[in-house]
Amino acid sequence: MNFNENLPIYMQIMNVIKKRIVIGELKEGEKLPSVRELSAELKVNPNTIQRSYQELEREGLVFTQRGMGTFVTEEKDITNKLKDHMASAIVNHFIIEMKALGFDLKKMIELVKERESGGE
Amino acid sequence: MGNIIQIKELSKSYFKKQALNHISLNVEQGKVIGILGPNGSGKTTLIKIITGILRQSKGEILVDGKVPGAATKAVVSYLPDRNFLYKWMNVQEAIGFYKDFYSDFDEQKAYELLDFMKLGKRMKVNSLSKGMTEKLNLTLVLSRKAKVYVLDEPIAGVDPVARDQILDAIIKNYNTDSTMLVTTHLVRDMENIFDDVIFLRDGQIVLQGNAEMLREERGMQIDDLYKNIFGE
Repeated sequence: MNFNENLPIYMQIMNVIKKRIVIGELKEGEKLPSVRELSAELKVNPNTIQRSYQELEREGLVFTQRGMGTFVTEEKDITNKLKDHMASAIVNHFIIEMKALGFDLKKMIELVKERESGGE
Repeated sequence: MGNIIQIKELSKSYFKKQALNHISLNVEQGKVIGILGPNGSGKTTLIKIITGILRQSKGEILVDGKVPGAATKAVVSYLPDRNFLYKWMNVQEAIGFYKDFYSDFDEQKAYELLDFMKLGKRMKVNSLSKGMTEKLNLTLVLSRKAKVYVLDEPIAGVDPVARDQILDAIIKNYNTDSTMLVTTHLVRDMENIFDDVIFLRDGQIVLQGNAEMLREERGMQIDDLYKNIFGE
């Protein structure tokens, strides 16, 4: 895996895990891979993975059970909120970029609709 | 945690050439440290002093609380930047050789790693490709239960698949009781395994710090930072 964004690696890993939760690859209450496993999978220092897990826990998205591992929260509200949050980030980004290209909101909506009905 | 390596005002010159110029450095136990810099920046000289192969011209160095010598060599496992095995050996003999040499050598682990690296016991050292030689050398070095691992350019000149295997082996064998020092100029490929990085230029430390803090502060990856520092 390549970490190309100008963000610390632990944040990029947090984003990867958040995405896995939102698309349901990691379900509510499911166990996350151990720090060791994920460290080997992503080829990243285990201390960095540990940091990602700690920050995710601080945000309430995961919880740790001593001796058992780290689990995705069972509270649907939190994961739904995460989904909304990620969606609005994508939309914001889209709007900013489109505005920079000179499109107004009406044109943007037209384009999106066209795209939906016209396939490619 | 304590400092496993303490370096104070360390200098080394080869006749008129100053290879290291007043370096001070403390390395914490349990960290993976990247020593980064272009060719000729002093990386290998620094490592050779830490491993007790060279002596400094000036300054002080303590490894595990002792002056580098026989006692520190027993706790430091060193991967040189070139093959160190006799050509006539096969892989199994190379493992036997290491077992005789080092009391902290874990033979079972060596065979596990060998399997992981997809190397056969009967292969001859002189028939191995560059990547395979590197994998064999690393297998031996990581199979010691050392306090400090010193890896000099572990992925230089090997293909991407071997590179991944080598990185995997390093990550899987890293534990928080031991410390790893890794030199490289292939920063992109290795930066994610470092806790801290040290940038060396002309024998001096130009920048050092926690890799994640540097990424956050500078808004770039370590590889880009490397290009910024050494690019001009």
